[in-house]
Amino acid sequence: MSADPKTLFDKLWEAHEVVPETQAAPALLYIDLHLIHEVTSPQAFTELQTRGLPVRRPDLTFATLDHSTPTTPRAPGSKPIYANPAAQNQVERLEENCRRNGIRLAGWDSDDRGIVHVIGPELGLTQPGMTIVCGDSHTATHGAFGALAFGIGTTEVGHVLATQSLLQRKPKTMRVHVDGELRAGVGAKDLILAIIAELGAGGAAGHVIEYAGPGVEALSMEERMTVCNMSIEAGARAGIIAPDQTTFDWIEGRKYAPKGAAFEAARRRWSQLKTDPGATFDAEVRIDASAIAPMVTWGDSPDMAAPVDASAPQPGEGEAAEALAYMGFKPGEALLGEKIDAVFVGSCTNARLSDLREAAAVMAGRHVKVGVRMLVVPGSQAVKRAAEAEGLDAIFTTAGAEWREPGCSMCIAMNGDSGKPGELVVSTSNRNFAGRQGKGVRTVLASPATAAASAVAGAIADPRRILEASHAQ
Amino acid sequence: MPSEPITKIRSNAFTLREPNIDTDQIIPARFLTTTERGALADACFRDWRFDDDGQPNGHPLNARDPETARILIAGDNFGCGSSREHAPWALKDFGFDAVITSRAADIFKSNALKNGLVVCEVDEASHAALLDRAGEPVEVNVIDQTVTYGNNQASFKLEPFARTCLIEGVDPMGYILGQSAAIARFEKGRAA
Ligand code: SF4
Repeated sequence: MSADPKTLFDKLWEAHEVVPETQAAPALLYIDLHLIHEVTSPQAFTELQTRGLPVRRPDLTFATLDHSTPTTPRAPGSKPIYANPAAQNQVERLEENCRRNGIRLAGWDSDDRGIVHVIGPELGLTQPGMTIVCGDSHTATHGAFGALAFGIGTTEVGHVLATQSLLQRKPKTMRVHVDGELRAGVGAKDLILAIIAELGAGGAAGHVIEYAGPGVEALSMEERMTVCNMSIEAGARAGIIAPDQTTFDWIEGRKYAPKGAAFEAARRRWSQLKTDPGATFDAEVRIDASAIAPMVTWGDSPDMAAPVDASAPQPGEGEAAEALAYMGFKPGEALLGEKIDAVFVGSCTNARLSDLREAAAVMAGRHVKVGVRMLVVPGSQAVKRAAEAEGLDAIFTTAGAEWREPGCSMCIAMNGDSGKPGELVVSTSNRNFAGRQGKGVRTVLASPATAAASAVAGAIADPRRILEASHAQ
Repeated sequence: MPSEPITKIRSNAFTLREPNIDTDQIIPARFLTTTERGALADACFRDWRFDDDGQPNGHPLNARDPETARILIAGDNFGCGSSREHAPWALKDFGFDAVITSRAADIFKSNALKNGLVVCEVDEASHAALLDRAGEPVEVNVIDQTVTYGNNQASFKLEPFARTCLIEGVDPMGYILGQSAAIARFEKGRAA
């Protein structure tokens, strides 16, 4: 045991303190990577312009177009068709702001474009030991690499653009220790939904969560990103996982990752990034991965989640009763078999190649139930290319699903992709808030496998049954 | 930019009892395509206030007097969800100067305080009592960090720097720019 055992979070924090915090003022934290997109940046650029300030480190800033961008299939070179002029104006504003300030932009013509939290890791921009911020609450995704990554507001986007630093109070720490391994048909999405159900929607407020234990070490990088992505749904500031060989293997060779000797030096540095034995956390939670079943949400908050073969709860308090009423579920009735209208496979939670493979494994040789609409939206151009190279797009389209251009799409429904009032949508995204996928739309959060199984059944379905049937054949 | 100091807010209470009011309720995502500031009053709680045919409905938010009911008493875990600063912008544009709740989401709170929307997290008993005081006068004192209603008083705690910014009109951007030398030293130290 070292003299002064530290958590991984402590190490990340201390390495970025420009000025330590005092009673009167928060710490000034240096930011290694600032990711920006069209929705939360325009007012920040305006602020800099009004004050006559330059962007301090355009070289540490990277932009993409994802939130208000259309995902309708588009012939190469043809112009995108926006949902409305405001969306177009917002995208053009970011293009102009990037041009004027010398900021790299994965724009319309870039092979790198995609959802901000999918492309950061994919391009090797996201690296262990970094501080990463973005005007988007799912920035915690990048914590899967052992980076301290969190969402900020637009005023703070302005602070980072102008100064590459941020005023922050040191958050508390929580360790979620995962024992055991996930069973067949159960994925990282189910694990994080189970964790959020355990912690509650505000249960980790003010904390940074470190996910640890054999159940986390066994996860692939894609799965770790899915877990860290939804940390905010338990109220956490960030989620982190200590980097290991899985992490290093994933990063090596990526576009912006260090190369050759520089990579070896970085790998040695990154290997130090772990919580020391004996370090203490403000809170500790233990979860048994082997006890988790495929999860679905039954209410309008992500912590209202239950095993897919469970029943909707008996309403104890008013909150659960109101949530059930919004969802149109009867207390105590089985969730399996609830008729659905649409399925969305996409978002920064579940639109990486492994997610699409998981959904395709269920869809192969099957068909989307008549009357159900299914949208498959890859997380990035790179994911789209890779999926097409192995024929996943054909599996989806043959099954009757729509294969789209990358973007946030129905996760936030601000680009024209949305459900209709009253529709029940099974979605691999991260939020089931009332109206999140369009006014009056009812959202059930689930894994890609569960979403695909539900598309086939036309109702909430257990992917294990379909997968067992496939194996039996 | 430095802003007008905010030390005291006196107004009538407006209540929304629901817990977990998330930022998608405060401002639905389809209104996030704006590139400007200061025009989000219509978007605030839009889907609570308007029917599917676009007509205002009977929700109490539509009957509220924005001149006299500027303090929102809201259910637990207010402002959870996304980091959109459009949420506090919309609440300000709609005419709220303070939100009193038992617990507010981290990013929302930080965003709100940067925009002169005071967020007061009070104890559960006071919170319950305040939720029953719709229409009654409430005073939020940022200097003492107290909420006064009738003969009762509850206390809340603001992050000290955010409080200083509110009561002295300090501009955080100016404050950080004042540390430029330290930032440059840090960058140099790492490059070495
Ligand atoms: S996919 Fe959804 S959660 Fe992810 S960045 Fe886009 S809008 Fe945010």
